[in-house]
Amino acid sequence: MLILAFDTATPAVTVALHDGSRVVAREAAVDARRHGELLAPAISSVLAAAGAAPAELTLVAVGTGPGPYTGLRVGLITARALGDALGIAVDGICTLDVIAAEAVSQAGGREFIVATDARRREVYWARYKASGERIGDPQVSSPALVPAGHPVAGEGPWLHAGLASAGEPIGPRYPSASALAGIAAERAAAGLAPAPPAPLYLRRPDAAEPRRPKRVTP
Amino acid sequence: MTAPLVLGIESSCDETGVGVVRGHELLADAIASSVDEHARFGGVVPEVASRAHLEALVPAAHRALSAAGVSLGQVDAIAVTAGPGLAGALLVGVSAAKAYALALGKPLYGVNHLAAHIAVDQLEHGPLPVPSVALLVSGGHSSLLLVRDLAGGVTPLGSTIDDAAGEAYDKVARLLGLPFPGGPPIDKAARDGDPAFVAFPRGKYRDGTADFSFSGLKTAVARWIEARQACGLAVPVADVAASFQEAVADVLTRKAVDACRAHGVDHLVISGGVAANSRLRALAALRCEKAGIRLRVPRPGLCTDNGAMVAALGADLVAAGVPPSPAGFAADSGLPVTRVHVS
Ligand SMILES: [Zn+2]
Repeated sequence: MLILAFDTATPAVTVALHDGSRVVAREAAVDARRHGELLAPAISSVLAAAGAAPAELTLVAVGTGPGPYTGLRVGLITARALGDALGIAVDGICTLDVIAAEAVSQAGGREFIVATDARRREVYWARYKASGERIGDPQVSSPALVPAGHPVAGEGPWLHAGLASAGEPIGPRYPSASALAGIAAERAAAGLAPAPPAPLYLRRPDAAEPRRPKRVTP
Repeated sequence: MTAPLVLGIESSCDETGVGVVRGHELLADAIASSVDEHARFGGVVPEVASRAHLEALVPAAHRALSAAGVSLGQVDAIAVTAGPGLAGALLVGVSAAKAYALALGKPLYGVNHLAAHIAVDQLEHGPLPVPSVALLVSGGHSSLLLVRDLAGGVTPLGSTIDDAAGEAYDKVARLLGLPFPGGPPIDKAARDGDPAFVAFPRGKYRDGTADFSFSGLKTAVARWIEARQACGLAVPVADVAASFQEAVADVLTRKAVDACRAHGVDHLVISGGVAANSRLRALAALRCEKAGIRLRVPRPGLCTDNGAMVAALGADLVAAGVPPSPAGFAADSGLPVTRVHVS
């Protein structure tokens, strides 16, 4: 088994290669404006580091967000095109769950929140049991509407002081493709069917229907 | 050596296009358009277009490859629109192209959308004689270019100083209560109208430049309609459409022919969405014939945005021995026409 995993739903571009039992190569960079430039070279680089050819891949795992749309789509279309070209399955995994997988150990046996940047002074967030199991669907809202009193992972508390004071900030700040690959490997080992790599936008596109044309005659 | 088999991907605006060519031979051209989703907004909504590209791209690639009767593995190179266009929309096509190139180990060319609009004519009319003058007219661009070598050099002669020609069509269509995009319904309405009914202004008509202006024309149409309504008279939609269309076609063809004369060029290519307009095509044919200029206009389906045009330019770049684009190249929403490909 050779799993290529990546996530572009946050400012991080994170890529990892997993052989079914462990991560064999990884690369990460944080640059919210350059997902489209960084992702493909990072994939080439982890393959080269492991001495693997694209044709040896058996599964692609990708973060499905929620996250700012432009960056999110870079990962999703890359995963879909790679899966298509290589004739392998693509497993889509919620980006908040990826952060949660690493936050469990820092939550100290408590329920916790994962909150990431949704721009426009809002956060994408979800609540997790101490075990790392998500409670309900991911949400987008003002930080003030996130349940208080729980440790908070993700970039949310770094950006919104209110979130940091409502609960104790814990790591990680960004998702890691190593954790994503680990989830995908477990899912594959358990015989679960890959989930579609569908974007979690959570918002409708901004678009207003036009008003009547303005008069030009004074 | 057989001509290169190139897969071209286009996602700069609201059309998701994947085309397959072998050299200048068109093998397949698959298109998925999100235009219907934008219609009620009266213009292309970037986020709606980007979402549609993500869903449409891989299926379009399948349709193109199966229509061409080739497999992905047989492709020699991949070309993709790197710009100009909507940033988020471009990024979907560029990311897909990078993934295909990486998976297949094939060279990737990030190409200029405007140069691709010129290159596409070769799929229908064979190699482009150089030098040529190209008139590119669409909802996003209106420009005159001097083409010395498609793979290496395109020189801008002039462009619109305000609205693109296609934008003027969209705005006038709204004034006339016609749907978006405005080109086809205005063309249709104009068929029953009198092009001399209103003498609308021709911006920059005799200013000696190769620049255009369509903002004044659009305002003149609005004023005329308002004046008419103020008198309680009905607006003769067909006549206004025909008169507006005549003004656009007149100024575009006059400036294009002038540019050919000024540069001693006897070939004119017209492309872009507005090149599908019947009056522009007819008037250009008439004026080129009078001036002794050979006119080349691709069929309407190749004038609008498509993947085959990107593949056609990619094939020219491969044939010219141009090195591929680096894997880390960026989509560039403002890519200047002088950069035919991203190096
Ligand atoms: Zn175009």
